[in-house]
Amino acid sequence: MNWLTDLTPDEWNAVRLSIKVATVAMLASLPPGVAIALLLARGRFWGKTALNGLVHLPLVLPPVVTGYLLLISFGRRAPIGSFLENWFGIVFSFRWTGAALACAIMGFPLMVRAIRLSIESVDRKLEAAAGTLGAHPLWVFLTVTLPLIVPGVIAGSILSFAKAMGEFGATITFVSNIPGETQTLPSAIYTFTQVPGGDEGALRLTLISIVISMGALVVSEALARRVGRRLDIE
Amino acid sequence: MTVAVDIEQRLGAFGLRARFTSSGRLTALFGPSGSGKSSLISVIAGLTRPDKGRVEVEGRVLVDTEAGIFVPKHKRRIGMVFQEALLFPHMSVAHNLRFGRWFTPPAERYVDMDAVVDLLGIGPLMDRRPGKLSGGEKQRVAIGRALLTSPRLLLMDEPLASLDEARKAEILPYIERLRDETKIPIVYVSHSVAEVARLASDVVMLSEGRVTASGPTADIMQRLDLLPAEERGEGGAVLETTVARHDAAFGMTVLGSKAGEVRVPRLAVEAGAPVRLRIRARDVMVATVEPKGLSALNVLPGTIIAIEPGEGASVEVHIDCSGVAVVARITRQSRQALELEVGRPVFAVIKTVSFDKANATAGLSGEIHG
Repeated sequence: MNWLTDLTPDEWNAVRLSIKVATVAMLASLPPGVAIALLLARGRFWGKTALNGLVHLPLVLPPVVTGYLLLISFGRRAPIGSFLENWFGIVFSFRWTGAALACAIMGFPLMVRAIRLSIESVDRKLEAAAGTLGAHPLWVFLTVTLPLIVPGVIAGSILSFAKAMGEFGATITFVSNIPGETQTLPSAIYTFTQVPGGDEGALRLTLISIVISMGALVVSEALARRVGRRLDIE
Repeated sequence: MTVAVDIEQRLGAFGLRARFTSSGRLTALFGPSGSGKSSLISVIAGLTRPDKGRVEVEGRVLVDTEAGIFVPKHKRRIGMVFQEALLFPHMSVAHNLRFGRWFTPPAERYVDMDAVVDLLGIGPLMDRRPGKLSGGEKQRVAIGRALLTSPRLLLMDEPLASLDEARKAEILPYIERLRDETKIPIVYVSHSVAEVARLASDVVMLSEGRVTASGPTADIMQRLDLLPAEERGEGGAVLETTVARHDAAFGMTVLGSKAGEVRVPRLAVEAGAPVRLRIRARDVMVATVEPKGLSALNVLPGTIIAIEPGEGASVEVHIDCSGVAVVARITRQSRQALELEVGRPVFAVIKTVSFDKANATAGLSGEIHG
């Protein structure tokens, strides 16, 4: 069984990097995810359909297209990319942060959908009641709405994390496949399949992928059940 | 003046154009469903914005569209009890109760937690989740939650409508205690004559978005023509009485009122306790001479002050019994046979007395024939 546990440094890097990229992508999309879901669920404004379409675009576009769009807008010489580098020193192209950005954008529609659904299922009269009890709208959101949508937020986060763990097309197009910097698990598996005798490594990483994904699923189920019990949904 | 409302608002089929003032302990907004009473209470609570008008509560202007004033709901300090209890499902009963209190400035917290818990009998529920409560328990907690914000006004939007009769009977005494033992004025929305006659000190009658009448409960309840058709049979006189004495020999209780004594089967209350009686117009007969050989015990002498046409073959005879107006609904034929005219002395024979006892612990209400 040595072949299963003896990972090469590059393979270890790919595992660590994938987890880091997926975690950062998930956490960074949470605040905008909740905000956009709230806007789409509750807002009435001009251009709502357009915003909804924009959010869902990564779901329907070929990932390579999304990756290419990122490349021509967030590259070092691209408008947004150079602006971010000059003013904030943030560089996305060919860095792990770029992989995280690509993964976050690819997982964003899934996260927003899950959170939006849970917001739509909250009884708005509960919020009205909280208002009559003297709570400012911001407090109503923090003490009533947010706790009630926690199951949806967890589900959305796990979807985003899982999507990031599996993201390949957009990532490789945007930030390429640099071992130790942008080579995530799918890219590493892909690389193994391209070289003679790489089957063993590909299988190792595939099994690790499965374990991480299953683990995320189990954790989310356990969390959702705990929250559900606490909420005592009638 | 506790509440002064004068508003206009466009609603589905009709416009709400309502104007009333009240300084009663418990003002009932009364009318059939769809008459605009819930919309009106939403405007007072600040849940909806009227197109035009003014709302004033306890001397504080909450809405004045001309002056551009609209106080948001969380700054109104108006407690609201909804038809559904709307407890926060993710908090225990204790947390639900403390929620509103937490947002109340400490200097304005004059309602005591223990007193409310005691008043509503919710002590044993404190650690439970709303999902584990019965409908009646939920509604009691919702009332407590609203009270603990130390509101200047308590609004109740059909708080009993979604409960069955047994649950209603469980809650009613608590609302009576609220009315009698706290200083918070209450505006209560209802479409039930029985509830209004039992609880209200004042009534504002609504129909299709307009106020059709307002005034003390006893006066409004006699205006049978104003009651919604399906509730007309429930209208009649509302009589404030006190327990004069108990008659041990027959197991009866004698109630004293301005109109005279009323005898009912023994009530489990002490002498001196207030009891509000409702005498429905359909339960009153009219006699021109003092009846003899009749099983009815309660016969009140009086003078006819008005005769109004009722629906179909009936007329409504208003009888002044020493300052208390009793209404009888009789047929036009009987009226002619007895030659009933305004000013004629008659006897009101009461077949059935509906009584609601203003004592929370026994929670007694019912009807007595004879």
